[in-house]
Amino acid sequence: MIHPFQHHNHDQGPKPNALVRIEHLAITFDKPVLRDVSLDIHKGETVAVLGKSGTGKSVLLKLIVGLLTPDSGKIFFKDKEVTALGEFGLMDIRSDIGFLFQGAALFDSMTVGQNLDLFLVKHTDLPPKEREQKIAAALEMVQLQEAIDKMPSELSGGMKKRAGLARSIVIEPELMLYDEPTTGLDPVTASSIAELIVTLQQQLGIASLVVTHDLPTAFTVSDRAMVLNEGYAIFEGELKDLEKSEDAFLHEYLAASRLDRERHDRILRARERALAATQNPKAATKGTARGSETDVKVLT
Amino acid sequence: MSSDNKNSEVLTPLPDEAAPVARWEGGLALLGGLWVFSVRFFKTLARPPYEFKEIIRQLNMIGYRSLSLVSVVGIVIGAVLTMQSRPTMIKFGAEAFIPEMVAISVMRELSPVLISVILAGRVGAGIGAELGSMRASEQIDAMDVAALDPFKYLVFTRIVACMIALPLLTIIADLLALGGSWVVEKIEAGMTVSLFIQTVVNGVEFSDYLPGIAKTIFFGFTIGLVGCYEGYHSKGGTEGVGRSATDAAVTSSLLIILLDVLFVKVTLMLWPY
Ligand SMILES: Nc1ncnc2c1ncn2[C@@H]1O[C@H](COP(=O)(O)OP(=O)(O)O)[C@@H](O)[C@H]1O
Ligand SMILES: [Mg+2]
Repeated sequence: MIHPFQHHNHDQGPKPNALVRIEHLAITFDKPVLRDVSLDIHKGETVAVLGKSGTGKSVLLKLIVGLLTPDSGKIFFKDKEVTALGEFGLMDIRSDIGFLFQGAALFDSMTVGQNLDLFLVKHTDLPPKEREQKIAAALEMVQLQEAIDKMPSELSGGMKKRAGLARSIVIEPELMLYDEPTTGLDPVTASSIAELIVTLQQQLGIASLVVTHDLPTAFTVSDRAMVLNEGYAIFEGELKDLEKSEDAFLHEYLAASRLDRERHDRILRARERALAATQNPKAATKGTARGSETDVKVLT
Repeated sequence: MSSDNKNSEVLTPLPDEAAPVARWEGGLALLGGLWVFSVRFFKTLARPPYEFKEIIRQLNMIGYRSLSLVSVVGIVIGAVLTMQSRPTMIKFGAEAFIPEMVAISVMRELSPVLISVILAGRVGAGIGAELGSMRASEQIDAMDVAALDPFKYLVFTRIVACMIALPLLTIIADLLALGGSWVVEKIEAGMTVSLFIQTVVNGVEFSDYLPGIAKTIFFGFTIGLVGCYEGYHSKGGTEGVGRSATDAAVTSSLLIILLDVLFVKVTLMLWPY
């Protein structure tokens, strides 16, 4: 699934095998956010997009599905130019793209099941019976069958993410876009979500773009990465080559991420010790189960 | 290194509160944006089917849940206006005209405008906050991705619900204001219900109540439009939600009061005394 990528030239026109092709993308809001970003994603491949907060990672994802329009540059999805599509053309490509939003973006006024059903109704012509089956299958994949009739407000952060994930895969997309899938979750839940992403990719063969500022997540889910800084892709290539880069910002970024990971592990060990010290073993297991679904903001 | 994306969004300074010139530009941009939203509303109106289920749900949220507030306001307007005008009317020997005078003032002006301004606060701010938080939590983006037109589903339904709810609530306020007025008349002068009703029916013409009710359709449109616009274009995450709510209430109240001047002028031209 790894594609040789070192020496390719983005000006050759769409290659037939690239699922997504991004060419010289630029967008400015109050200030320039993306200045010149190019990237290819091939069928079945997972690419991580790394970078600090506010560097335009979410903007990049929204450009790909046509939620935002670039000032210049082009995006192709399956050889269709997203940036030139109208309302109906966009609807068409969106039925092949799953988008996991950062906060899951479940519709508040509907149950989890209704959230999934809505996407199926709008993107397929399936009869109710088959939709029901697909919803059950998607929820089973994220191990959330019991939450089908729950409202989003009754779910924890990790459960919301998983429900959002189920909602984006229920339409069986060819491309998944993940916006910070593990941010705001405790390390245990975070790694279970990361593993889920890998499972989905391997079971369904979906190509993915995973936006994150968390290196461990990137390493778990992908082999190839792009690092954004100041509107440019300052690194693009295999993750293991990240360490070899000379770029000063990358060094700082890697160092900070490593510190972060050490802090994760330290806090995790401390928590385990505390739990082990609890006299009642029953209470201790209960604590872990609940803890794994609590957002631990300080850790991320 | 900053860690949480949401936090950093909140901390991002917003380009606002700048020079007065920028304020004027902001005001013009707002009017332009509202115009674009209105055009889109009528385009959606021309393209059924509509999301009836959502319209009904909004009617319940916007209309039914405002009922108690509107009722209290209605009764109080009628009662207070009657108490205030009694001494003057008696001085001019026009005590018998109190019901008629109260009815005309309430139906032509007081109830439509007061109810609309109060609902601009309650409903307008509510819509601004609701859509603002849907924007902040990316639910509006998710709707787009789901091929569920957010304008049709969120904006259109709320504007329509406001346009239906406002006139109905105004009618209720009108009637309750008359009730409040009668209670005061009963206590002060022992007036019977039948006499009160008779005086009102004889004195009030359709040009007294119809234009008053009709203009609340436009006020409802304004409340829905401004609330949705502010919420839909909410910026800056959670903090932006509060700003959307406040801006929705302030802008729509102001527009209602300005529009009212226009409506009074038109009404007087169509039905001169
Ligand atoms: N719709 C928008 N309108 C104006 N500015 C925006 C919009 N979306 C994002 N931005 C700005 O673009 C920058 C990058 O945002 P984002 O892509 O969310 O960063 P991140 O890399 O953390 O995901 C931020 O400064 C943000 O304020
Ligand atoms: Mg982001």
